[in-house]
Amino acid sequence: MFEQHFPVLPIVLPLIAAPLCMLLGRSQLAWLLATIVSGISFCIAVSLLMVTLDQGVLSYALGGWEPPWGIEMRLDVANALILSVVTGISTLVLVYAKDSIATEIPQSQHTLFYTAHLLCLTGLSGILTTGDAFNLFVFLEISSLATYTLVSLASDRRALTAAFRYLVMGTIGATFILIGVGMMYMKTGTLNMLDLAARIGEFEYNRTLNTGLAFILVGVSIKLALFPLHMWLPPAYTHAPSAVSAFLASTATKVAVYVMIRFIFTIYGAEYVFYSMGMDVILLVLAIVAIFNCSFVATVQSNVKTMLAYSSVAQIGYMILGISLVTTAGLMAGLLHIFNHALMKGALFMAVGAVFMRTGSADIKAFRGLGKTMPWTMAAFTIAGLSIIGVPLTAGFVSKWYLVTAALEQQHWMIAFLVLIGSLLAIVYIGRILEAAYFKDPVQSASDKTIKEAPLMMLVPMWILAVANIYFGIDTSLSVTAADAAANWLFEPSAQAVFQSASQSASELGAAR
Amino acid sequence: MISSLLELLPQLPPFLPLLIGSLAAIFLRGHLRSVIMLLAPVWGALQLAAIDPGVYWTFQLLGLELEPVRVDKLSLMFGYLFHLAAFIAVVYALHLKDTMQHVAGLSYAASAVGAVFAGDLITLFIFWELLALTSVFLIWARRTDRAYGAGMRYIVMKVLSGVLLLTGAVIFITQTGSVRFEEIGLEHDGILKLGSWLIFIAFGIKCAFPFFHNWLTDAYPESTPTGAIFLASFTTKVAVYSLARGFPGTELLVWIGVTMACFPIFYAVIENDLRRVLAYSMINQVGFMVVGVGIGTSLALNGAVAHAFNDVIFKGLLMMSMGAVLHMTGRINGSELGGLYKSMPKTTILCIVGAASISAFPLFSGFVSKSMIMSAAVAEGYDYVWLALLFAAAGVFHHAGIKIPYFAFFAHDSGIRTTEPPKNMLAAMTIAATLCIIIGTFPAQTVYALLPWEVDYQPYDITHVLTQLQLLFFSALAFAWLNLRNMYPPELPSTNLDTDWFYRKLTPGFVVPIYYSVMQMMNKLERLANIGIRRLIRMSYDDDKNQPKGYFAKLWPIETMVLWVAFLLAGILILYYV
Repeated sequence: MFEQHFPVLPIVLPLIAAPLCMLLGRSQLAWLLATIVSGISFCIAVSLLMVTLDQGVLSYALGGWEPPWGIEMRLDVANALILSVVTGISTLVLVYAKDSIATEIPQSQHTLFYTAHLLCLTGLSGILTTGDAFNLFVFLEISSLATYTLVSLASDRRALTAAFRYLVMGTIGATFILIGVGMMYMKTGTLNMLDLAARIGEFEYNRTLNTGLAFILVGVSIKLALFPLHMWLPPAYTHAPSAVSAFLASTATKVAVYVMIRFIFTIYGAEYVFYSMGMDVILLVLAIVAIFNCSFVATVQSNVKTMLAYSSVAQIGYMILGISLVTTAGLMAGLLHIFNHALMKGALFMAVGAVFMRTGSADIKAFRGLGKTMPWTMAAFTIAGLSIIGVPLTAGFVSKWYLVTAALEQQHWMIAFLVLIGSLLAIVYIGRILEAAYFKDPVQSASDKTIKEAPLMMLVPMWILAVANIYFGIDTSLSVTAADAAANWLFEPSAQAVFQSASQSASELGAAR
Repeated sequence: MISSLLELLPQLPPFLPLLIGSLAAIFLRGHLRSVIMLLAPVWGALQLAAIDPGVYWTFQLLGLELEPVRVDKLSLMFGYLFHLAAFIAVVYALHLKDTMQHVAGLSYAASAVGAVFAGDLITLFIFWELLALTSVFLIWARRTDRAYGAGMRYIVMKVLSGVLLLTGAVIFITQTGSVRFEEIGLEHDGILKLGSWLIFIAFGIKCAFPFFHNWLTDAYPESTPTGAIFLASFTTKVAVYSLARGFPGTELLVWIGVTMACFPIFYAVIENDLRRVLAYSMINQVGFMVVGVGIGTSLALNGAVAHAFNDVIFKGLLMMSMGAVLHMTGRINGSELGGLYKSMPKTTILCIVGAASISAFPLFSGFVSKSMIMSAAVAEGYDYVWLALLFAAAGVFHHAGIKIPYFAFFAHDSGIRTTEPPKNMLAAMTIAATLCIIIGTFPAQTVYALLPWEVDYQPYDITHVLTQLQLLFFSALAFAWLNLRNMYPPELPSTNLDTDWFYRKLTPGFVVPIYYSVMQMMNKLERLANIGIRRLIRMSYDDDKNQPKGYFAKLWPIETMVLWVAFLLAGILILYYV
């Protein structure tokens, strides 16, 4: 009886818990509530993923209003997979945050942190679950506003300017998306995604729709930090509290990539976007420049958090590259990389957060000699770093392997080659940290307090992610099956057509609305 | 009782007992180590007796269905053989205190067992490389400069073989979608043809095909006395196994095999280093097996694997006797030895048993397998092949059957007075010699019972025995006559040129200058690249302030970011309207 409401629970639970956190007032209690709620959401998300793998699409009419009049929650393999990642990472980050924020956020604002975190989770889950274009914008704003708050919570005052930059760019992005959705609504008179897809298919070529698509793509590109619209991201990730960086780096941009996939493949249709409008070339070029430019910029950074932030932009380039190949294999590689990148970036940012907590700095100099003083943290960093380089038997290798295979399948030898060269740059920037940690003597600091290993509550989630990097590098059955199913489903117009025709009759009525 | 004991054993991958033995050898010392090292092959063989044919422990890796252990009659036969060989070699090496050799020897044997039970190409490749990596230490363990150089050349060839195998395997896996290691053959189209040839050459290098054989004659004589026993038993036999599984009935192999059987004879006759003579005769014996694989009938394939089985034992026996001579006298050149039968009578007798076996005397083990291959050649109409093999068989008797014992133990007295080798060496040789005679006398109950293919074959009929005896007697007559007339190539300290001259002398003389000029160019390019990279870094990293600089590395003001947004939006829109 309860199970029928599962699709909406990952949104509703954090939404209810968020103000409760505020009301509880005490940091410990708020932490407990937030962690439990996030954990429950994760369990629900996993069960939803299992159901969708088994049965296909789950549709839930919010408030009992049938789509396309009411808001529809729609879960398929693609978003159920990412929903599991987001809720899972959120739970781990919350476990990690208890000790991490103690040093990075003033005590009085701890409850605010948990509230904002849960709201952000609400927004992200909402974006992933909803089947309504306008509703998507609403959830996008919920998550974005919560994110700006989260970034600005850090005691470092530079976090305020970083959050402000983020706010300006994020708002522009969201506005563009709203403008795009408005144009679509103007032309079609509907907001339900499947309904939209059916109606857009009726137009051969329409300027309003094209302009709408342009606005949406640029807006989403800001949100997912596609080069050259990525400049809000490095300062935000650098100055945000470590727990926030870990959460955002492995979820927020990934969700934005999902939004792009949704708009391209479900609403407009791959044929429309790529063949008639040639978006694939633009995305391809930007993705490759992103990989190279940002990987290179990452190699010269002295702040490790900034370095990881640039590396994130480069990794997003890999995902967009997968999408822009316009094949099932490419899309599948992109989806797989969303999943795997969440695992590695989460672990990396958590490790850096632990170092920041113990040494008070995220500068590369602070990493010197940590191989001896913080062996567990650096071991986790090493594993995740190897994964980002793409060493075999790690998750990173799996997604790069599929990406290269997808490129070769299209006879794009050059792209496959470039992907491999990009990995070389990753060796450089990860190698610099490892060299400092394992082969250099620590700098004698003024205060001669010895550096201790990070507390257990931080090590456990970090190591869960590190081990996951290896596990999903060896046993790829879950991640690859899900990504493959999702890509096939997204790419197969006929598969979606079945659902379209189901909503076709409804939409005819809806037009009269 | 034994069967109930077997049921008690847990199911383990076949290579594991030997591997555990080698790991134990790292930590244990003294008698305990000896006991463990002796038990490991016995335990391993018992494991084989307990395992049923089939495929075990399959798992998925990157969407490929790997079969790390596949048991069938062919792999079982080689499995038993390798455990037997490992046991004999361990007994022979017991007196050593060199941990490196013990560990390398047992893990080498473990890799060989792993390779013959590998059910897929990836597993095969892993054990293929392990074979190379573990065996090279048996050469380096001699700890001389020559051994080091030979070991390096050996490992380069082996790694090359591994790389070719991997490339071929990847082509096969991507084209056919199957990783199973089954019959490959050379008859393919397009890229698959390239893949099959790469795998063929990879097997060929390990099998010492002509022009790829130099690693064998180069490195084996440089290994330690005990290491040579391990080396002679595994690498080439794994290659023969792989050919028998991957390329049975490939006609090209017949001609390659005939060449291998014939050309080493000339080198073996003029070679002075007696262990190098044995290395050449090893290529010659492997040639017989390759012919058998190439003919591809069940009789021929049975002959090939049976001969591999016997060869490990009698070649091991000969190597052991020469190793004993080297161990006791410190010399191995025919010109410096002679007359040792007075001080080493037992070794002499055991060596003669080995010589009789390799020469295929009736009632000795070589006879029952060599005649299978020759009969198969006649049955399939390869008359010239049969003649060539006959010549090779006579040559074997000449260089291995007579020359080895004659120059080491008889000939002119060199004046060396020594004693019998350590007891464990004698014991190992006695085991091997006994096996040679038992297999030669009762083939049906021993080696034929293990053969993978059904065949009804009787070696002891009048034609076979008579032909062989005639051949042997005339060959012996030729040796005696040449020797009396002083026409037999005398044992001289000399260097004989083989095809490795091309890469050991021609390379330094001709290729090296080219190599240097190319290297110089590469260096120049590298320096330019270095300067370029340094300039790039200087442009993007401010050393004084310790922070990045450059347009993309510094933070943009908000208006710049917005400008980029506008620029991109405008770009896309313009693109739509044109």
